[in-house]
Formats: sequence, structure tokens, C-alpha cells
Amino acid sequence: MKTIVKSLLAPRKYFMQGNIACAEGALAAGCRYYAGYPITPSSEIMEHLSKRLPEVGGVFMQMEDEIASICSMIGAAWTGAKVMTATSGPGFSLMLEGIGYAVMTETPCVIVDVQRAGPATGQATKPAQGDIMQARWGAHGDYRIIALAPWSVQEMYDLTITAFNLSEKYRVPTILLADEVVAHLKESFVVKPEIEIYNRDQTITKTPFGTEEEDGVPPMPCFGQGAQLLITGSTHNEYGIRKVADPDVHERLVLRLCKKIDNHKKDICLTEKYYTDDAEYLFVAYGITARSSYAVIQELQKSQVKAGLLRYLTIWPFDEETLINCAQKSRVVFVPEMNQGQLILEIKRVLPDKKVVGISKTRGEAIYPSDIIKVFREHYE
Amino acid sequence: MSEYLYKYLRTEVFPTPFCPGCGHGILMGAILRAVDELNLDFQKVVFVSGIGCGAWIPSPHFRADTLHTLHGRPVAYATGVKKMNPELNVVVISGDGDLAAIGGNHLIHAARRNVPITVICANNNIYGMTGGQLSPTTPKNSKTMTTMTGNPEEAFDLCKLVKSCGAKYVVRYTVFHTKPLIKAIKTALSANQFAFIDVISPCPTQYGRRNQLLTLFDMYSDIKTRVVHYNSLKELKPEELSGKIIIGEYYDEN
Repeated sequence: MKTIVKSLLAPRKYFMQGNIACAEGALAAGCRYYAGYPITPSSEIMEHLSKRLPEVGGVFMQMEDEIASICSMIGAAWTGAKVMTATSGPGFSLMLEGIGYAVMTETPCVIVDVQRAGPATGQATKPAQGDIMQARWGAHGDYRIIALAPWSVQEMYDLTITAFNLSEKYRVPTILLADEVVAHLKESFVVKPEIEIYNRDQTITKTPFGTEEEDGVPPMPCFGQGAQLLITGSTHNEYGIRKVADPDVHERLVLRLCKKIDNHKKDICLTEKYYTDDAEYLFVAYGITARSSYAVIQELQKSQVKAGLLRYLTIWPFDEETLINCAQKSRVVFVPEMNQGQLILEIKRVLPDKKVVGISKTRGEAIYPSDIIKVFREHYE
Repeated sequence: MSEYLYKYLRTEVFPTPFCPGCGHGILMGAILRAVDELNLDFQKVVFVSGIGCGAWIPSPHFRADTLHTLHGRPVAYATGVKKMNPELNVVVISGDGDLAAIGGNHLIHAARRNVPITVICANNNIYGMTGGQLSPTTPKNSKTMTTMTGNPEEAFDLCKLVKSCGAKYVVRYTVFHTKPLIKAIKTALSANQFAFIDVISPCPTQYGRRNQLLTLFDMYSDIKTRVVHYNSLKELKPEELSGKIIIGEYYDEN
């Protein structure tokens, strides 16, 4: 159910760190339960919420590990609360089984992954964008999730709210795929007087795990309402009863979990386009890397180069249509990423006939505009 | 199961999946009798379970809210439920492998935090559902699918473990001590603090048949000869305690 609510913070301009803006965005969206485990570069989110949640009648829990964090959060979600956890690569790896459980049980929850350089402990606190594919495919089995990538402190606030709204609407775990640069960036951002939020449909129903529509989202009652909920991560029918040996039930369930995301891409997928209508050189980027790319296209535009930027705010599900439209006139598509090439795999899949060039950086540093210009010159005709 | 308890059960999912001779059905009955004697509002009780035979006691059988979770994690889920809605009576029912091996960390931290939930361990000393492998409570020298020449490791005493972590109410009975078990469950459900009940439950299928205890009667006899009440511990020498099942309430040592 869509509703308009007043912002928790007084409406004005703020100067804040990205992580703090994310925490405030969560509170504004209605988050009232947070469970987490300390890990840089995400810790400021939990530190801030440890103070702020009790002030708004919420619950903060520092758990014994990331597995406990995501599990307790899912438990809390079924009491009717909006819930969140935040972590970074190593903790995100530990949470993946829980994310799969949240997908299967259709539990709305928000997971913030402030990406840092890996693999393993890697360069703790140093930026990277190495969890793009893990966010999509990390848990076992066949499933869909939603992942959003903010590029500013403003979006650490705004997209956290969007993450909650999408998660509630589609009953799916939603991941805010931030990176260390955006998370630790301090800049000004604006809090509007009112925000639009979405609250799950809590109608008591006998079939909280199935609907008549094959791509539908069933209402989600909560504990203590007398709904006699049967919640399980095993294959279950629309009533929640385990049916692990029934091929029809499994197929119907998994297909609906996928279709409820796939068939609503128009609502879920957010992108931003800059000079893409006649872009001969198209940059496709997300997160802080898009910001460097934006600086590059501004420079190139000044030199009369037809360069454009397609920025993905929603990374998963992947918006193929917009990419195809933006790349119609492009000779080269550049994909800068703070990894050895992850989202570029999707772009090459969608644009098999285009020249797609990756710009990678794996040094625990942001990709600077100069890094992008260097590669651009090699391919400029 | 007595018919007066049917109101708590989804009889449409009967029969239960438990093997002949399994003690979990007795435990299921004991929990429901405790609920009935306390006259608890069953719609305000949330049963949380993990993965394994014990986890199937509440899910899907109980006509209440049930949360069948990931392997080892029910205590973490239960923590979230209870912390977010303290008005709910939250009860974890799971097996020894689930609670003490993969989920051991959550168990000790919930005890330390004194999360006001009841944790009931359906302890059959074995991984039943996966085919009879060693669990952390398998007695030393017992044969399992992964210790065919006898378990070389010491078993966990889960009551001592959670007691040492600060649990306020800790008790152990076997499913053959039904009356004191029901009383203990009633105490736990009314305690509003972290309560742990270790319930020894026979598994003739996976444990018994590899340890010359082929029938429920054999398992019953074996358990009967090994049971020692907590209050009579002082009368026994340490060497006499080897292999014993200490039942009763675990009081503070001082």
C-alpha cells in the first residue's frame, strides 16, 4: 500500500556521510529493526542506528555474526516490521544462505552491502565493486533479487527508501549495493518534507505463499494475528505446507518467484541517461564509477565528442531494453568497473554486435576520470 | 495423540513423518499438554525450528505460527521475533545437531543475552534425517555412519554449556519422564527468560540399530539404566558418572 509520510528528519539541506544518510533513509522508510555485525566500511550505519532506532521505538541488535544478523532480521520481518542489515563483502558472503531463505519465504528485507576490495579479507575499507555478480547469483538455486547502486549521499538516502519500497511491494530481499567511496563520502543532500513509502499488504489470508496470478505477490500476514503461518524455506504450496517431492508445486513456486520480478521490470528498473540519444561513445556505469564517467562525458561534450552515459540505479534485474535503445548509435560502449569485468558480461550479452570495452581497476582505489580518458583515447576514432 | 489435543494440530497433515520407536511424538505431546495445562493462547505462540527430525515437531503439525528456518539458525530467527514483538511466546524446537553443532554459536549467545525464549532440544544423539551421522551429543564410543569403529570424541553436555553461558532455567529429562517433562516445559513457557530444555529422545532407526539397541524397548531399557537425577549426583563418584544421563533441573553450583 502506497502512502505519503512526513520525513523523520526536518526537511532541509544536510551535510552527511553516505552511511549515515543510508541509516536515516532506512528510518524514514519505516525500518524498525536492525541486526548487524561490525565490519568496515559499513559500520557507521549500525553505529548510527544503535542510537537512532530506540529513539523512534525500534529495536537494534548487534548479533554474534552476519548469519545471525540476517536470520534474526528475517524473524523480525514476520512480526510485521520493516527490517535491515548492513555489511561488506566477507559478511555478505556469510549472509547468502539467509538471502536465499528470504527469497523462498518471500520476506521483505533490505541488505546493504558496502562493497570493499576482496576476495576474502582483501583490502578492508578500500573501495571495489566486486560483489555485482555475487549479489545476483550468490545464493544457491534459481531465483531473482533486486539490487540498487547509489552514486551520491543523496542516493544513499533516497535509494535506501526505494529499496524498502520495492522489497515491501514484491516481498523480495533487496540489496543496496553501495561502495566504500559513496558510503564514506561526505556531501550535502536534501531531505524533502514528505516521502512516498510502500507498506506490505498484511491481509490475513489462507494462502500467504500463492496467488491466482502467476506473477503475483500474495499478501503477507504477520505472527500473532491468528493466521497460523507455516513458513518454510523448503518447497511449499500456497498454504506454506512442505511439498518437496511435488514437481508441479516446485515449478509453480520458483517460476512465480522469478516472474514477479521479471514481469515488473518497468516498475523496478531505474536508470539515468545523459546525452544518450546520439551517443557514438556510450559509457555504461553504476555507483561511484558512474560519477567519474559523468565527469568524463562532460569534458568530451565540451570537445564536441558525442559521448553519453547510461547509469544503472537498478542493477538487478538488469534493464536490457534501455541499454539497447541507448546503444543504437554507439560505435564503442565503455564499461568502467572497480572489478575485473562483471556487469560487462551482461552488456556484452545484450549487445553481441557492439564493440564493448571494459575499463577495470582493482587497486582499492576509485576509478578516476583520468583512468577512463586513457582507455577512451585508445578507442577514439 | 489424545484427541483433546487435536485442536492444536493440523490433523490434515497426519501421519507424522517420525519412524516407529522415535521419541519425538512423545515430546510433541508433552509440549501440547504443557500448552493446554497453561491455557496458553496458541495464536500468540510462535514455534521456530531448524532443519532435521526435531524441527518437524512443530512444522507443519502445530496449528500456530511456525517458522521452519535454515539449518542451525532457529535461535537467531527466534531472537528477531521475540525482540521485535515481546508479546509473543517464542519457542524453539530443534535437534541436537541443529542447535549444538551448526547452531552452537547462536545457542550460547542467546543464553548469554537472556533472550526470553524457550529452547527445546529434541536430543536423539544423532543426525537422524541425513542418515545417522555423528552429532555433538553422540556418546563416546557409539557407532554412527561416520564413526563405524566408535566415536572417539567426548559429547557435549548441553545443559552445562548453556548454564555456563548464563541461562536462567536449564533442565533435562528423557521422553520417558513425561510428567516432569511437561512440568518443566510449563515452567519454561511461563519463565519470560531464556529457558533451555534438553530432551533425550530415542532413535532406534539411526542410533539404536548401530548400537545393539534395535527396538524402542531396548533403547528404553538402555536409557533407564543410564539415568541419574541431578539431586543424587553427590552420592556418585566421578568414574560412576561416565555415560550417565543426568536429569532434573540444573541449579546454580554455589
